Amino acid sequence: MTGTLHVDLGLTRGDFTLTAALDLAPGTVTAVLGPNGSGKSTLLLALAGLLPLTAGSITLGGCADHPVTTWAEAERGLHLRPQDRRVGLVLAEPMLLPHLSLRDNTAYGPRSRGASRAQARQRADEELDRVDLRDLADRRPDAVSTGQAQRAALARALATDPDLLLLDEPLSALDPETRSRTRADLHHRLCDFAGATVLVTHDPLDALTLADRLVFLEAGRVVQVDTPRAAIARPRSPYVARVVGLNLLPGTARVGHRVEVEVSGGVVVTAEDPAEVADGAALWLAIDPSAVALYEEPAPGSTRNTWPVVVADVTVAGQRARVGLEGPLPLQAEVTTGAVADLGLRAGRRLWAGVKATEVTAYPA
Amino acid sequence: MTTPTTRTGSATAATRGRAGNPRAWALLVPAWAAVALLVVPLVALVLQVDWAGLPEDLASPLAWQAIRLSALTTSTTLVVVLLLGTPLAWMLARGTHPAIPWVRALVTVPLVLPPVVGGVALLAAYGRTGVLGGPLDDWLGITLPFTTVAVVLAEVFVAMPFYVISVEGAMRGLDRRYDGIAATLGASPLRTFLTVVVPMVGPGIAAGAALAWARALGEFGATITFAGNFPGRTQTVPLAVFTALEQDPDAAVALSVLMLAVCVLVLAVLRRRWLT
Repeated sequence: MTGTLHVDLGLTRGDFTLTAALDLAPGTVTAVLGPNGSGKSTLLLALAGLLPLTAGSITLGGCADHPVTTWAEAERGLHLRPQDRRVGLVLAEPMLLPHLSLRDNTAYGPRSRGASRAQARQRADEELDRVDLRDLADRRPDAVSTGQAQRAALARALATDPDLLLLDEPLSALDPETRSRTRADLHHRLCDFAGATVLVTHDPLDALTLADRLVFLEAGRVVQVDTPRAAIARPRSPYVARVVGLNLLPGTARVGHRVEVEVSGGVVVTAEDPAEVADGAALWLAIDPSAVALYEEPAPGSTRNTWPVVVADVTVAGQRARVGLEGPLPLQAEVTTGAVADLGLRAGRRLWAGVKATEVTAYPA
Repeated sequence: MTTPTTRTGSATAATRGRAGNPRAWALLVPAWAAVALLVVPLVALVLQVDWAGLPEDLASPLAWQAIRLSALTTSTTLVVVLLLGTPLAWMLARGTHPAIPWVRALVTVPLVLPPVVGGVALLAAYGRTGVLGGPLDDWLGITLPFTTVAVVLAEVFVAMPFYVISVEGAMRGLDRRYDGIAATLGASPLRTFLTVVVPMVGPGIAAGAALAWARALGEFGATITFAGNFPGRTQTVPLAVFTALEQDPDAAVALSVLMLAVCVLVLAVLRRRWLT
């Protein structure tokens, strides 16, 4: 392993521009999340060297015992080809070569990088062993399951000892059962991978279970970089809030005993006092949907925040239901299915929503 | 909702077809006339064959020399087409240069060009006074027209486009992400071409090669114009058939039925690999 990868890149394709600055340390897994078209795959292709940068640079190493290797630097027109970087790439489909056995597929990288046939095969067998495919090494890709093929693709990517492993929605093409098993296998294998991993995904579960750090991209920009725990507690954009299932409102602080926050349209939300907030500071307010209570009458006196709302939609999952609410503030409530029946929650129903001030988390934007 | 409706619809159509709509005759008569136009001459050719004398006819000096020459020139052509045509197909399928569509258009011209015009064009290029033929003759003393090399050049000229178009289509159908994966694994573009692209378009290469070889085997117009009709040197099977028709019609029929058999064989192999 040759040190941390420093990424500070800009890439313009047509009228889309991606800018991202990240440090990718050895042994860490960084999940990249974002809506479609946010630039996740573009970022991956740029890191792989399959797309040239239009600004910025990618450099590897740079501490005392590792000299810097520049992978790309737009200003000097420097671009290391994928062949000359040490990257492994796994896509949603395994993309194994159909005319080669799993062993020869896995040996393809070492062979391409100059290993002898025997060395390459030995290396391939080691890698296949680590993903539990040693017994199937002689099979062709069409004679194994999709989950096995995807594990072989991982073995192939790791057989070249990459500094950087790139996973582009690696579990998205698998059926749900295979997906959760393969997720566990992937987690297991990544634990003893020495290099940095970048995992592009749509699935919050992938991100929360596999990654040390989450990077959220929106419209070509990084909107939040956090640990999974911090991102869940304090989302910093509506997209992140949606991924982690919280209500998120932007507002301006009006400091008093408790903080009152003016959000859009002059609505005031009372929140617990966040530390050290100046009057007029921009804040995010996060509200857990399960803290949003629904009443047929205005909420009882102890609830500081109460608004008239109209039910927009209801979706049931097991014993819980998500209720989309329209009103002075757009809100999602999570209630029991019993409450759905008791309150007759259907689209168009008029109710009151209440949130205790202690349930509103406010933090600087 | 949609599926049952469609199923009912098609079932009705099928029932009506089987019951026999009288109006179908308006289509079936010309259809069978077309079949007759194509098949009658082939059947007539087979009926003309003197089966007992066939081995002797094919062993005659004129026929045998032509068969050997055709085997030599068409296999040489096939090698040239494979070695040069596969990279060309790759360039057309993967190239991003703005000139690529123009190159593709130029490469397909010989597909539709009358072969005799091809022969005249080859003479203009490689003839003694031709653009390339002049310098070749003056400086190196090499003359191409009316040699076996000229036969191969003529066959390559007419057969290459068939191969290139067929293989280019196969390569376009190949997922480009394989190239990206191979690159991250350390494979050079040449290694990717040889170990990823070529094996994955194998059926397309086989089909293109068969088409190109059959086209080279039947080549007549460009060959007789550019290479002449010299027994043992430039007289391939089609030229020998044309020559024998006056002196030895039995040999002409024998060679014709041989080529028919070879073409049917190629078609059969293609169907196996490809259409089923």
